[in-house]
Amino acid sequence: MTQEPDARRTGPVISVRDVVVSYGDRRVLDGINLDISRGETMVLLGGSGSGKSTLLRQIIGLEQPQSGRVLVNGVDLAKSTRRDLKKVRRSIGVAFQDAALFNSMSVEDNVALPLRELTCLAESTIRLMTWMKLAVVGLAEFGRFNPQELSGGMRKRAAVARALALDPEVLVFDEPSAGLDPIVAAELDELILALKSAFNMTVVVVTHEMASAFQIADRMAMLYKGSLIAVGTKEELQSSPHPKIRQFLDRVPDQIADTAAVDKYFQQYLKGGAA
Amino acid sequence: MRHLEYVGALVIQVGHALGSLTRTLPIVGNRRRWRSAIRQTLTIGVDAFPMVGIMAVCAGFILAMQGATELHRLGAMELVVDLVTIGFTRELGPLLAAIAVSGRSGSAFSAEIGSMMVTEEVSALRTIGIDPTEFLLAPKFLGALIALPCLTILSNACGILAGGIFMRLSTGMALSIYLQDVVHSMVLHDVMTGLVKSLAFATIIVHVGCLEGFRVHGGPDAVGRSATAAVVKSTFLVILADVGFTAIFYLTGGK
Repeated sequence: MTQEPDARRTGPVISVRDVVVSYGDRRVLDGINLDISRGETMVLLGGSGSGKSTLLRQIIGLEQPQSGRVLVNGVDLAKSTRRDLKKVRRSIGVAFQDAALFNSMSVEDNVALPLRELTCLAESTIRLMTWMKLAVVGLAEFGRFNPQELSGGMRKRAAVARALALDPEVLVFDEPSAGLDPIVAAELDELILALKSAFNMTVVVVTHEMASAFQIADRMAMLYKGSLIAVGTKEELQSSPHPKIRQFLDRVPDQIADTAAVDKYFQQYLKGGAA
Repeated sequence: MRHLEYVGALVIQVGHALGSLTRTLPIVGNRRRWRSAIRQTLTIGVDAFPMVGIMAVCAGFILAMQGATELHRLGAMELVVDLVTIGFTRELGPLLAAIAVSGRSGSAFSAEIGSMMVTEEVSALRTIGIDPTEFLLAPKFLGALIALPCLTILSNACGILAGGIFMRLSTGMALSIYLQDVVHSMVLHDVMTGLVKSLAFATIIVHVGCLEGFRVHGGPDAVGRSATAAVVKSTFLVILADVGFTAIFYLTGGK
């Protein structure tokens, strides 16, 4: 940060440029363009199979696009060297959907792992920092527990503590409210808002929970079948006339059964039966 | 085509792991990897001692009994000593150890890594900036490279001892004389080829086990399937490699 403050302060933290991803012949992301600015909370919305998780994996550099680029602080993830990639990864903390805590270690060791592996800090400093990160998420007394001994909500908070371990610029959160009851989910929303105001972090959240999205978002991006159909503030999205956005906001189900095909089948069946 | 792709992936993984193997060494490497490698050595090696020992004793008896029926007719009972000694140092010692480790640890590797894939723990490692190969595979690799030769020596010793007990019971040959005969017929070259084989087997077992784990996609059932595949494929490849090695040693005039 000290070398070239201007280049790194201006411009978006993450920019996604014409990203295309396909598995086999199925196109999962079809030319995505998205900028996430410093200090904002961006919520990626979309139904199941809309490609939002794939986009998330692109942003955190777990997968590389077939074409297009993902830039984090101006660094192209696909073209960067191993060392650059390591640096980029340090600036992004990820809290996974099912927490993804290492089950073989205590909660404390989970949070301390990035510090032990990637810094040369003394063990006493690491202990103190670990305790502080756990305190931020309200788990200071649970450091010695194993991940299996915690409730779902606590595990997710522990995952946030681990994501925060290296003081990242960006916190990426995959489905914070999945599998949680509404009260615990609301607590996590509160935590995200608190982190944002305390550390002025850039937060990227992937979710399909509308209530949670409207609670935390500065801006939202809506994915539908691999394309971004809307990017804007909550108000812009709420007033959007786009049918797919309306359907999502108003919780209207898709027509699952192909009634025309069923009709046709019966017609033929009856004809065949008559002949 | 699919098999070629699999072997290719295996070779790439071995290459990558050899690069990060230095990180697991003491002093020059990372202290935590070394400690983890010691732990792996203990679980792969020491915990397998009873199983490998008993298997080798049984195989020693079997080899001696099968050989004795034929050799007795020829009046060459003393050749049983050579049969057991050469059979174990060159062939059965490393093979039995490899089969035991493949069943005990190969499946455990793939199950461990596979379940970490399912719970996104491997993804978490990568986003933190830790190389999963270095963190998970390299300590197991070093552990197996240490443990398997040790198990091979144990297996050799148990098998040869079983041969001695058989000779004592069937012909009344004293154990001390048997051991003298063993020393006579044991050649350093044979022992070394056995140990070289065991290093190759260790590489195969660790890498097949871990590759199966890293290839897990989907749910818990995939973890189970990967554990089975790890044992089946690594045992198969161990035997293939054994044929290859034996052919090389045979052709290069190792008797």
